[in-house]
Amino acid sequence: MPSWAPLSGLIVVVGLIVLHLAVPSTRSWVWKVQSVLGTFMLIALVYFGLFWAPPEAFMSNVGRIIYVHVPFVWMCMLAFTVNVGAAVAYLLKKSWRTDALAEASAEVGVFFGATGVMMGSIWAKPTWGVWWDWDPRLISTTVMLLVYVGYLAFRSFTEDPERRASWSAAAAILGYVSLPITWFSVQWWNSLHQKQSGGGTMDKPIRVVYLWGAISFLTFLFVFIVKRYEIARGRQTGALVLPPLEAPKAAAQVTT
Amino acid sequence: MSAGPRIPLLKAAWLVLRKDWQIEWRTRARLTALIFFSLSTLLLFSFAMGPDTEALRRHAPGYLWLALFFASVLSLGESFRIESENQALLGLILTPVEPRAIFLGKVFGNASLLFGLSLLLLPVAVALYDIDLSRAPLSLLLVLLLGSIGISAPGIVYSAISANARARDVMLPLLLFPVLVPLLLASVNATRFTLGPDAQDQLPSWLKLLTAFDLIYLSVGFLVFPKVAEED
Repeated sequence: MPSWAPLSGLIVVVGLIVLHLAVPSTRSWVWKVQSVLGTFMLIALVYFGLFWAPPEAFMSNVGRIIYVHVPFVWMCMLAFTVNVGAAVAYLLKKSWRTDALAEASAEVGVFFGATGVMMGSIWAKPTWGVWWDWDPRLISTTVMLLVYVGYLAFRSFTEDPERRASWSAAAAILGYVSLPITWFSVQWWNSLHQKQSGGGTMDKPIRVVYLWGAISFLTFLFVFIVKRYEIARGRQTGALVLPPLEAPKAAAQVTT
Repeated sequence: MSAGPRIPLLKAAWLVLRKDWQIEWRTRARLTALIFFSLSTLLLFSFAMGPDTEALRRHAPGYLWLALFFASVLSLGESFRIESENQALLGLILTPVEPRAIFLGKVFGNASLLFGLSLLLLPVAVALYDIDLSRAPLSLLLVLLLGSIGISAPGIVYSAISANARARDVMLPLLLFPVLVPLLLASVNATRFTLGPDAQDQLPSWLKLLTAFDLIYLSVGFLVFPKVAEED
């Protein structure tokens, strides 16, 4: 894979996202283009990740999971950032659209995060010898997911749509604050336990495929959020149009 | 917004705090329930661990904070339940008081309750887990105080949110506990270093983390709470 591939892919994908946001009339087809593009990028990722990139120096072929594992967690964090942005926007100026976007991004973020953590667990077994370790990074990611699972549960447990929107926006902001704190606590914890998280530089071919993976999943993040947003909008408009659920009682009275 | 005279923020917060204390003191129901609940939690931990004194002493900070965490769910839930009776919160919002004053008053009301509770739990922990309080008593008090504020600051916002949700008893811990994980880590470790040896002088860094947590959640709650109270 040539080294310019990830950057040009990023330009195309982000360009399409901007087009979708800026020009409403393109919204009916941009997501279709993105899904087709994403599928082809994914096929390329499978080829370049499994066969083209050299095996990792210490983990050999096991290390190849990095091309999907890390992008998934990145997409999760990106989705949660969209979520908190939508929440702040809602509190500043009430709008059902930002509420729907908050719901969509949180749910898609939890999907990407949970899948990313599962893949991390699969990676941990052959490399660390255990499925799970109380590593700071694992804790912080799990805490982040739990915050958003709680957020989604809270949304589904509040019936009044207007209250749900403002309260869950507040919950989203409070939840997002926990991320940097968790990050810093991790640093304290790390320094106390003398535990080095494996940084280090990547070899160029590995790095190129790794970025390519992130961009291919960005297309899916976009498509998922767009579709989930449409579902949320549909539910909102449906819920607002439907009559109150007193009808069956009234019908029963008529028959008696 | 500025229609008519307003009570200054801190004074209003103090009035809310005093009102909560007064309600608390007149019934004493929540207080008694809290004390017995957390005492039995401490007892249960020691039963669950068995008679291994060394292990109990080592894990005592964790048990102490978990007992406080569980108790905090009761006290936080109650602090907005009393407001939902006769729509008291609506009355409070209609008074010429900033909603932020309600937030501050409630946070410090809860924090004082939890802090008092932790002071009651300490002698029990000495008896059950054989810990040594004389090593750094002032630092220990500081840790307990910062931890109580840290539980209450996000807790009050979540409590206001979940007071009217379905299944609110489940919602509060579900929302609150994940957010409190950094606080739990920091307060348990800080308590450990006040009760036991602190060879590498690690206590200050944990105290800094606790203070940062408190300040961040106090300010975020301060900003967000009026929006939450509007919908109640």
